[in-house]
Amino acid sequence: MTLSIIPIAAHRRLPRLGVWDAVAVALAVGLLAALAAASHGIAAPLPASGAAITLDPWALPGYALRTALRMLVALALSLLFTLIYATAAAKSRRAEIVLVPILDVLQSVPILGFISVTVTFFLSLTPGRTLGAEFAAIFAIFTSQAWNMAFSFYQSLRTIPTELTEASYSLRLGPWMRFWKLEVPFATPALIWNMMMSMSGGWFFVVASEAISVGNTTIALPGVGSYIGLAIEQRNLAAIGYAVLAMLVVILVVDQLLFRPLIAWADRFRFVQETEAAPPDSWVLTTLRRSRLVEWLVTPVGRLWAWSYHAAPKGRERMPLPPQQVVRRRLGAPDLAWRAAVLVGLTWVVWQIVRYVLSGVAPAEVLTPVIAGGLTLVRVMVLIALASLIWVPVGVWLGLRPKAARIAQPIAQFLAAFPANLLFPVAVSAIVALRLDPDIWLSPLMVLGTQWYILFNVIAGASTLPTELRDIGTSLHVRGWLWWRKVALPAVFPFYMTGALTASGGSWNAAIVAEVATWGDKTLRAHGLGAYIADATTAGDFHRIVLGIAVMSLYVLILNRAFWRPLYLFAERKFRLN
Amino acid sequence: MENAALLDVRAVHKGFAKADGAETVVLDGVDLTLKEGEIVGLLGRSGSGKSTLLRLIAGLSEPGGGSIRYMGRPVDGPPEGLAMVFQSFALFPWLTVLENVEIGLEAIGVPRDERRRRSLEAIDLIGLDGFESAYPRELSGGMRQRVGFARALVVHPNILLMDEPFSALDVLTAETLRTDFLDLWSEGQLPIKGVILVTHNIEEAVLMCDRILIFGSNPGRILREIRVDLPQPRARLDPDFRALVESIYVEMTARRPTEPASAARTERFPGSGIGSVLPRVSTNLLSGLMELVDAAPYNGEADLPVIASALHLEVDDLFPVAETLQMLRFAEFAGGDIKLSAEGRHFAKLDTDERKGLFAKHLLTYVPLAGHIRRVLDERHSQTAPWSRFADELEDYMSSDDAARSLRAVISWGRYAEAFAYDDDTMVFSLDNPGE
Repeated sequence: MTLSIIPIAAHRRLPRLGVWDAVAVALAVGLLAALAAASHGIAAPLPASGAAITLDPWALPGYALRTALRMLVALALSLLFTLIYATAAAKSRRAEIVLVPILDVLQSVPILGFISVTVTFFLSLTPGRTLGAEFAAIFAIFTSQAWNMAFSFYQSLRTIPTELTEASYSLRLGPWMRFWKLEVPFATPALIWNMMMSMSGGWFFVVASEAISVGNTTIALPGVGSYIGLAIEQRNLAAIGYAVLAMLVVILVVDQLLFRPLIAWADRFRFVQETEAAPPDSWVLTTLRRSRLVEWLVTPVGRLWAWSYHAAPKGRERMPLPPQQVVRRRLGAPDLAWRAAVLVGLTWVVWQIVRYVLSGVAPAEVLTPVIAGGLTLVRVMVLIALASLIWVPVGVWLGLRPKAARIAQPIAQFLAAFPANLLFPVAVSAIVALRLDPDIWLSPLMVLGTQWYILFNVIAGASTLPTELRDIGTSLHVRGWLWWRKVALPAVFPFYMTGALTASGGSWNAAIVAEVATWGDKTLRAHGLGAYIADATTAGDFHRIVLGIAVMSLYVLILNRAFWRPLYLFAERKFRLN
Repeated sequence: MENAALLDVRAVHKGFAKADGAETVVLDGVDLTLKEGEIVGLLGRSGSGKSTLLRLIAGLSEPGGGSIRYMGRPVDGPPEGLAMVFQSFALFPWLTVLENVEIGLEAIGVPRDERRRRSLEAIDLIGLDGFESAYPRELSGGMRQRVGFARALVVHPNILLMDEPFSALDVLTAETLRTDFLDLWSEGQLPIKGVILVTHNIEEAVLMCDRILIFGSNPGRILREIRVDLPQPRARLDPDFRALVESIYVEMTARRPTEPASAARTERFPGSGIGSVLPRVSTNLLSGLMELVDAAPYNGEADLPVIASALHLEVDDLFPVAETLQMLRFAEFAGGDIKLSAEGRHFAKLDTDERKGLFAKHLLTYVPLAGHIRRVLDERHSQTAPWSRFADELEDYMSSDDAARSLRAVISWGRYAEAFAYDDDTMVFSLDNPGE
């Protein structure tokens, strides 16, 4: 770090171009070209079903670009949504009592089942145009990315240290300036981590949302997802391989161009700084930072931003009570009226859903998805238990060996992005050849993508185990099973709970894809709620889709409230180190 | 020739609503004036409402009653001309030193060039030259607090509000910073007209302040005002300085039986009923203090300031220990002195098991909550009772936080005395012996 920034800032010389500028220009032009290529054809008329997709591997780079662009647009929308929604929830108590439960429900709703509904909606907005299908796909990806980001931002806003908030009020920062100078920076590290998770989760939805048939309408947007869909339909194993390769490349490129720089840049926003670990770095960020051209371009934007603080209302209001000091007192009339209005609205919505479902489904049939849900529940729990048996020991082993963890992390991250459909060929062929029971052997597909959350979190937990605790274990000769029982498992338990909770939620969603597997003309079906929703989607039966989704949402909500959350709180209380 | 008041606080009251609608009073009937050229100290133990008062003055929160006027105008939000220095520095970790200092000027719309000039001046004044582009994480605690001072001074405030600004620093760094601040202040180099300093460190108050307001708890109020006329710079070893420190100790340990009683208020004498908030004091500290005072050179009676400096403990840490000993009738605690009772001296000479027995006897006799828990357990057939049984009862007298704190305190004493057991997983009290 040089001290030169202060005097130079006043009378800066003209930027002198250097090698970093060349790299920056190359990056920028490359991105622009990619953008132009990818957006070409968005406004084109909707192609006849599936005709536009080809399995030619040379078409894949273009498809990959379109897919990546969709995911990035969805990510940008998720970010915008997060900033607005979570801020409203954290700032207004009245908004909070509505927005937070909604977010909680949205997080548990299997949006995958809703894709057919949204596709129909967006297509009706722009009849006959690809744009509507694009919107639908982007919306589907958005719904897989936004909720956890919003939750993380909301949590961060509520945990800003009181003294920092006091300082911001005492210094008379207005609301706008406080948002960008205190609240957003404080929330940034957690938000970026969640954006990465969202991006991984998004792949699952890309495959499901790019190529979809609702009733008689089949839509195939050019993209990796449609490519995979067609490959499965035509039983083209080589094409599946190319698709996996394309995904890998996209994941790596997005990681290098977007997430590495973001993580390196966000390092300074971390509130607690551990000194030993080397700060993350990124060649892209270094390029951008050292390039005078970039600096020359960015400075006016910074000035404009600073001007917005100046233009925004000045702060001279009192500070609201910090959340931990707010006491529940008797509610005033406006609060009661608000709550009553919320309750009425809620009842109306529930009534509308019930009415809609019953207009197409006989009351006696309502039990079918409930029973199917029970089967899926058994699958989810057994699989989470099995995945835990495997990944907890592996995670502990890796977490205690930072070098090994550094190699394993990105691999696990890639595997977490891996959509279950890609394993259909293997799964279906094996089940058919070995005459296995699909009710059992299709199940592993459900945890294919979600089990990694367990591994991530256990690695994180084991790596925080203090050296003293490990040393005392060694010095007391605590070994073998005793060591696992008394040292390792309690230490990683709270982290494991976070992972298991996420994995469980994701597995329900995955059931919609995983309980019905197709490879060419062979279709295998397991009994379960996921299959129920998938079948209703294929048949274009919206009444049963809504019913299936409502039942699945209830299952997830009840499971979270009655099982995961109490266990999670117990783990927090008993095992959290400090 | 009295100067005009910079700040005028009249009959200020502040309370927080409890869940049942009753009010916990934090501050009651507080009057305070700050004149030009004065440093006024608010001295008291934690929970005496002195930090709350500072935040009311800063316009961060609103008083429940009374008035606060700054330069003649009522305070209805953070006023221009008041700046605050925080205990934990409260720097923005993602901004450099320069950006941290500049942010207050940016917020009030000072143009860029002037902002830069004034910030560099403040950084220069406070001795941070060369650190402009450093991030707070790269600085030591002392340097961070210097940034805190620069950030407050750069807006050229009339009044500087300091909330225990040196208490998060090590002894040597704190002393350097205090001296630097006092030098700048007495040389008239600081752009400020008056200072309010919140502290729980008696020596710090005597070292820095022109007037000291001593705060009492339950509810927080001003007990006394002490004028410090010693010339600056003051020396800690000066006999007058020592005498003043000693007299403040006496003041802060004095009993005040003339307390106006009120139904919603907690009882005044520690331990006189189950409505008292119990401090969380470790039994190690209790026996440690008894051993120390029993031994030579104190032989059963000691001066608290002497003990405090011998143990490197601050008032906030030492007072609860002494008070708990008094509640348990192991010691008398008044006039700045602590005097062990016969039982207290006896305790110091016993071995571990005998100590536990004696402690149990005193605990169950003199701490009503402990006796109460034991009676309830004895009466019940199952000999168990849940946490909520007692917490609910205590919450009739105090906030739920205080109730939890008191229960935690009595649990730790009960465990040491082996008077009763408590299982944190099930949250149940019992008479089980955990050893069996």
